[in-house]
Amino acid sequence: MNSIENVSRRGFLKVAGITSGTFVLGMNLPLSNAQAKLATSALNHELNFFVSIASDSMVTLVCHRSEMGQGIRTSVPQIIAEELEADWQKVSVVQAKADSKYGSQGTAGSASIRNHFTSIRQIGAVAREMLEQAAANIWQVEQASVKAEKHFVIHTATGEKISFGELASHAAKLTPPESKTVKLKNNADFSLIGKDVKLVDLDNIVAGKAQYAQDIQLPDMLIATIVRPPVVGGKVLSFDASEALKIKGVVDVIALKPRSIPVTTNPLSGVAVLANNTWAALEGRKKLKIKWQHGDKAFHNSSEFSKKLAKQVNQQGETVAKKGDVYNHQYNNKNTVEATYTVPYINHSPMETPAATAIVNGKKCTIWAGTQNPQWAKGNVARELGLAKDEQDNIELNVTLMGGAFGRKSKADFIIEAVELAKASKRPVKVIWSREDDIQHGFYHSISANYCKAELTDNGSADYWLSRNAYPPIGWLWNAEAKTPSDAQLALGFGDIPFALNNLSIEKHAVDSFVRPGWVRSVACINNGFALGSFVDELAVKAKVPTRQMWLNLLGDDRHVDPNENGFKYSNYDLDLTAHPIDTKRMKSLINLISDKAKVEQKLPDNQGWGISFLRSFGSFVAAATKVEVVNNKVTVLEMHTAVDCGIVVTPDRVKAQMEGAMVFGLSIALMGEISVEEGKVQQSNFHDSPVTRMNQVPEMHVHIVESDAPPGGIGEPGVPPVAPSITNAIYHASKTRIRDLPVNKVFSV
Amino acid sequence: MIKIILNNKPVELDVDPQMPLLYALRDELKLTGTKFGCGAGQCGACTVHVNGVAMRSCITPVSAIAEQAITTIEGLADNNGKLGDSAVQVAWREFKVPQCGYCQSGQMMSAAALLKAIPLPTDEQIIEHMQGNICRCGTYKRIKAAIKSAATRVSENKSSATASLSTNTINNPNGVEIFDARQFAHKKQGA
Repeated sequence: MNSIENVSRRGFLKVAGITSGTFVLGMNLPLSNAQAKLATSALNHELNFFVSIASDSMVTLVCHRSEMGQGIRTSVPQIIAEELEADWQKVSVVQAKADSKYGSQGTAGSASIRNHFTSIRQIGAVAREMLEQAAANIWQVEQASVKAEKHFVIHTATGEKISFGELASHAAKLTPPESKTVKLKNNADFSLIGKDVKLVDLDNIVAGKAQYAQDIQLPDMLIATIVRPPVVGGKVLSFDASEALKIKGVVDVIALKPRSIPVTTNPLSGVAVLANNTWAALEGRKKLKIKWQHGDKAFHNSSEFSKKLAKQVNQQGETVAKKGDVYNHQYNNKNTVEATYTVPYINHSPMETPAATAIVNGKKCTIWAGTQNPQWAKGNVARELGLAKDEQDNIELNVTLMGGAFGRKSKADFIIEAVELAKASKRPVKVIWSREDDIQHGFYHSISANYCKAELTDNGSADYWLSRNAYPPIGWLWNAEAKTPSDAQLALGFGDIPFALNNLSIEKHAVDSFVRPGWVRSVACINNGFALGSFVDELAVKAKVPTRQMWLNLLGDDRHVDPNENGFKYSNYDLDLTAHPIDTKRMKSLINLISDKAKVEQKLPDNQGWGISFLRSFGSFVAAATKVEVVNNKVTVLEMHTAVDCGIVVTPDRVKAQMEGAMVFGLSIALMGEISVEEGKVQQSNFHDSPVTRMNQVPEMHVHIVESDAPPGGIGEPGVPPVAPSITNAIYHASKTRIRDLPVNKVFSV
Repeated sequence: MIKIILNNKPVELDVDPQMPLLYALRDELKLTGTKFGCGAGQCGACTVHVNGVAMRSCITPVSAIAEQAITTIEGLADNNGKLGDSAVQVAWREFKVPQCGYCQSGQMMSAAALLKAIPLPTDEQIIEHMQGNICRCGTYKRIKAAIKSAATRVSENKSSATASLSTNTINNPNGVEIFDARQFAHKKQGA
């Protein structure tokens, strides 16, 4: 909620102070087609930091959040244009640089719309009221007697109208109204929200003209590739660059400065080869001779570690939430189910590997990077350059499109690398990561173990529920002593179990860290959702009822669940629990919807099976159903469905696209997602040994979107968690083999 | 100096003959529509056409394509030479295929080459041909649908496509221009 304050107080009030005249926005823009267009177009009048209108009525909207494929560069402007009453045909979009004047720019946690819907609407509404006021002033009437409609302000009594273009210069001179006082549209009057408009970046992408961080070209630029320590915390003892420097095109070899633990989001250090072109840099890199000191993480072995975590969760842990008493209960073995689930390290593998370009000139620095966290990155760079807080504006951080991110590009390590090397070489430097770099030096989804135990009850449900997990916490990045996840992390499908239970114990365990942990699309919901979704299916099997029935019975009566009642400090993804309740009615209707749409209870051949699962995450409700066939030890996924209730939908086709993508991402996790570590070193190197889903593994897919007036939930991540358990549950129903240790390809060919 | 015909124009490359075409395109010619994905021919993000056939430019040294006709995403055009309007590109827009879009140049180049070889591919043929192209966003379903749509469009327009053959390019009915390397020699002689 901070960001709303940021936008309304800092943003608009600041604007109010400086809007004495007109403003050419072109000065402010990153390199883009829109910039060139603006420079030649009519004078632009800035109504607030996000909205400018030219005298020819063309509206320029700033998208302050980062595009990684979710379509946010369409959805944010769409919301602003809705409240502005702008004609979408006359809207062009420019990407914001990193600047705190925009409020939050951190594009993570599926938060752009779920946490900022109202504040983004207010941006448009403030500008609209300024246009209305300007027209009212011209007509010398009350503002209430005019209204904006499709790029004009109309005097309702006379039908007279003035275009946005004609009003822009007048409106820009007005003091913006307080964002909290502006009137927002009724949902029923939406003409853009909920409609599929033309996607902002589609034409450029299809023409091969879209510009990603890897595509930045500057005069005199060097390309840098970096050999990083194979073990986290490792250091360069010595290196010999003589052979590398003999490669034609190699300009310099530079040792990056050593870094220490806590690793934070700093670079890993290493040795960089800088060259006039990529090929020379890569060839030079092959000739580098480096002696490493691997440090104290060099004994880490992930398969042994997984077994250790599995043992750990079979012991009592530290209480996270508690109700009744599960420990003074005599479990009846006949009706009790107990299971341990393990998930390995998982990498993001965005198709575009990390890349950033920097120019450093004394205290001035210009950067082009694909980053999910522009302001955070800027702060990191300021620290790197030793700039004081008030000197941060010396840094210009241009945000490019990202060729996928999935959480990887929330970290600024690759941006700091570019800054460090640009400073050392005194030339523009583009740091590019190879695929091997990306796979071996990532911020991984943590290896984990989850344990569940419960006893079936006479009414077809379960009670005396135990949930435990153990995994290296993300907090270790900043605090080397951190051993357990924060409450916010535990809220991800773990502390928020929505079932009607009388006796419950949720526990966490302390775990050491050996590789850099990170946020991978849906974060701890990956392992917690896998455990929960698998365990409900196991309970259903034990009770000999359809899995749908077990979900419905466990969820119980229609109600709003409050995990705080069990002593858990529940943050609800920073959403207000009243506006975004854990609503069992919505859950049950979604489970029924997916079961009915996919016809999961239909009779199938012996070697086929349906699996379903569900998780509410990031403010949205998603159920998944998968049909598989298991023949000759090979799993073939035949059909997949997801059903999503994410409240108000802004861009329906992009919601659908995110659900389709989540099914494919979930397939990768379930079937073959694994980063393994031996002696502290990642064993995989490229797509041949770190495979992701290909077209031949993708089944028939269906997406069902629930119509809803509820406040919007997230959409980038919530599709992922139910997918993997729906697949492994289906495998069980097809083959009677229960997969509790991901990925599936340890047991079956996929 | 290595001579190629790139998107119907003669180009001379003064680079290490072992340099993969991908880096020559991106670093030397500043044609960044062709993308780096893996550097090992495993993901298809770098796919271009060499004489109309899909090739992974990240593992193709420029020495191997001397005097050949190369088409990149920037050169993909419809039968009348209109850039950006090849049948696959029209279909890609219609089905809103891209999410992040990074792999899509390679996907479209692979798809265009498929339709050149097999004008009306079956599902199995589409999968067989396209499984070398990874999309981490997971747009496969739409890629498949877009290829089918492009194939249908092309087959329905076949007669008009043939009629629009120009004198110096050999067009195929799939909207992929194929340039004959002999043109290059001819032009050089003329110059």
